[in-house]
Amino acid sequence: MTIILFIEQVLNGIQFGVMLFLMAAGLTLVFGVMGLINLAHGSLYMVGAFAAAAVAAATGSFLLAIAAALAAAAAAGAIVEIVVIRRLYARDHLDQVLATFALILIFSEGVRWIFGSFPLYLDIPAYLSGPVSLPGGIEYPRYRLALIGVGLSIAAGLFWLISRTRLGVRIRAGESDREMIAALGVDISRLYTIVFALGAALAGLAGALVGAIQSVQVGMGEPVLILAFVVIVIGGIGSIKGALIGSILVGLTDTLGGVLLPEFFRLFMDNSAASSTGAALASMLIYILMAVVLVWRPQGLFGGTA
Amino acid sequence: MRMKSLIAAACMAVAGAGAANAESKVKVGMITTLSGGGAGLGIDVRDGFLLAAKMAGNDDLEIVVEDDQRKPDIAVQLADKMIQSEKVDVLTGIIWSNLAMAVVPAATAQGKFYLSPNAGPSALAGKGCHANYYNVAWQNDNLHEAAGGYANSAGFENSFILAPNYPAGQDALTGYKRIYDGALAGEVFTKLGQKDYASEIAQIRASDADSIFFFLPGGMGISFLKQYADSGLDIPVVGPAFSFDQGILQAVGDAALGVKNTSQWNKDIDNPANKAFVEAFQAEYGRLPSLYASQGFDTANLLLSAMDKADIGDAEAFRAALREADFDSTRGDFEFAANNHPVQDIYVREVIKEGDVYTNKIIGVALEDHSNVYVDECEM
Repeated sequence: MTIILFIEQVLNGIQFGVMLFLMAAGLTLVFGVMGLINLAHGSLYMVGAFAAAAVAAATGSFLLAIAAALAAAAAAGAIVEIVVIRRLYARDHLDQVLATFALILIFSEGVRWIFGSFPLYLDIPAYLSGPVSLPGGIEYPRYRLALIGVGLSIAAGLFWLISRTRLGVRIRAGESDREMIAALGVDISRLYTIVFALGAALAGLAGALVGAIQSVQVGMGEPVLILAFVVIVIGGIGSIKGALIGSILVGLTDTLGGVLLPEFFRLFMDNSAASSTGAALASMLIYILMAVVLVWRPQGLFGGTA
Repeated sequence: MRMKSLIAAACMAVAGAGAANAESKVKVGMITTLSGGGAGLGIDVRDGFLLAAKMAGNDDLEIVVEDDQRKPDIAVQLADKMIQSEKVDVLTGIIWSNLAMAVVPAATAQGKFYLSPNAGPSALAGKGCHANYYNVAWQNDNLHEAAGGYANSAGFENSFILAPNYPAGQDALTGYKRIYDGALAGEVFTKLGQKDYASEIAQIRASDADSIFFFLPGGMGISFLKQYADSGLDIPVVGPAFSFDQGILQAVGDAALGVKNTSQWNKDIDNPANKAFVEAFQAEYGRLPSLYASQGFDTANLLLSAMDKADIGDAEAFRAALREADFDSTRGDFEFAANNHPVQDIYVREVIKEGDVYTNKIIGVALEDHSNVYVDECEM
């Protein structure tokens, strides 16, 4: 393997990682602040992608599509929080899992009912398409570079929000002792709705950004949701920093594992067998990573001591 | 044990009596995917099938449709329900090979007919073939073999091939390699359901491939084609029709234009049955038919042709009538090989844009009168 191919794969891993971060950030906030397991987070990702595809088809503008994805996912998140989720905070995790699983089914069939069963079209805008030449002779898609940039700036924005703003103070306070901040006069249910909508908007943004290079179709959110759960378990539940580091780790492990393992098996196996063994092992790699992290630090990399 | 077999015998006697009372009526149970991810395929098969039944206007044909949600356990439950309480004579409709493997052997063992409008796993074509199982679409390997045939005629000598790491994906690469004579620049198995192909595209860029063969059905293919088009690479791509059917093309857009793909059917095959089908489908549903719709349509017409010749109560005669395949296929010539799988021409198509709609045009024949390699393993 050449060094150029290796660097390209590292970039791919980081790009995959930052998109996972957008999903995992919302999930970890909701879990950390409200103690809620939200399986329907993947549906919000799908809502964002479908809203973006619909607006892009109607207006032709990618920026408007992204704005629509943010708005639609945040609105869907807020409505779901007020109508359903609010009733679940006091219940145990099994009830939450059941109710949010029901939400997945409702969202999936609802979206299918509105948009039909066939995948929708959403493409990257002309000004972001095509490859760009990086120093060292690397040809890399411009859009993926833009994704890395957007993902990292949102991560920076979130850190600023959590550590420097009044809302961030309340979120952190809500994480450590929700009765106490309610007693101090903070409108806790409004805070929860805001946090939930914020997480939903990030998921919707990820759906729209990723939908443009992948496919916009019903059920697109669930595979990403599983990875996002792996990320927050690795990073430590409730920690934004953990979500970022965990996402990049999972992105790099998944991408580089998929490339390097078959190469490794090719050293002593024939081509076909090496490809299939390598691919099979590569798909387990992130779960092995998760298991190793959990053995070493059961609370996750940046999780508080539970 | 004896009690059990007595009850079973009694049940079968009752079931037999039921069928006899119904005279020549044929009840069809369609189990197909109508919700969730792969629903587009099942909906097309159903619509094609129902259209043929409507056009024939045969009152003796009764159809029950149920949604398997692409889950093998649900498909099995539905099949049991249809056989035991609905008392269907014929089952059809399954899209996915893993669901077909869960349902078909049990159904045919109970004396029911199964007409496959899509899935054609090798296990049911070879050792697991059955006199009551008829595949009206293709054996799973066929379209990949045709892609290999096209690669030979196009002069490709160094192909990079990729497919998801699951049985149908492994069959796809085996099928391509069976016919393709050139060398391999690389062979990659992706994860099933993978949506990001940046890493594979980087490997293709680093290899010195002169062509790419890929089998990535559904959303996986959409992702791959869009990302490939954006990568700036310009190596010819060929694949089976599954990533280029009418439902998917609109989501891929310009990225698919000019790509070659192999299919046993296209809307421009020139015969009266196909013309009538394409017109009637558009008039009925307001969209262009896909190859899945044509398969559903042909399946219904095969069944109707057998109903004209024989009574379903006489299984032997009905089998003979099905085997004759005496119906006007949308594909033109159509006949069954010894293992009840089609012998047919497989075409090369190119993706074009007609007005605002992306669709396919036939540019040549990849393999003529193509059968399958499992015929000899089948003993009926």
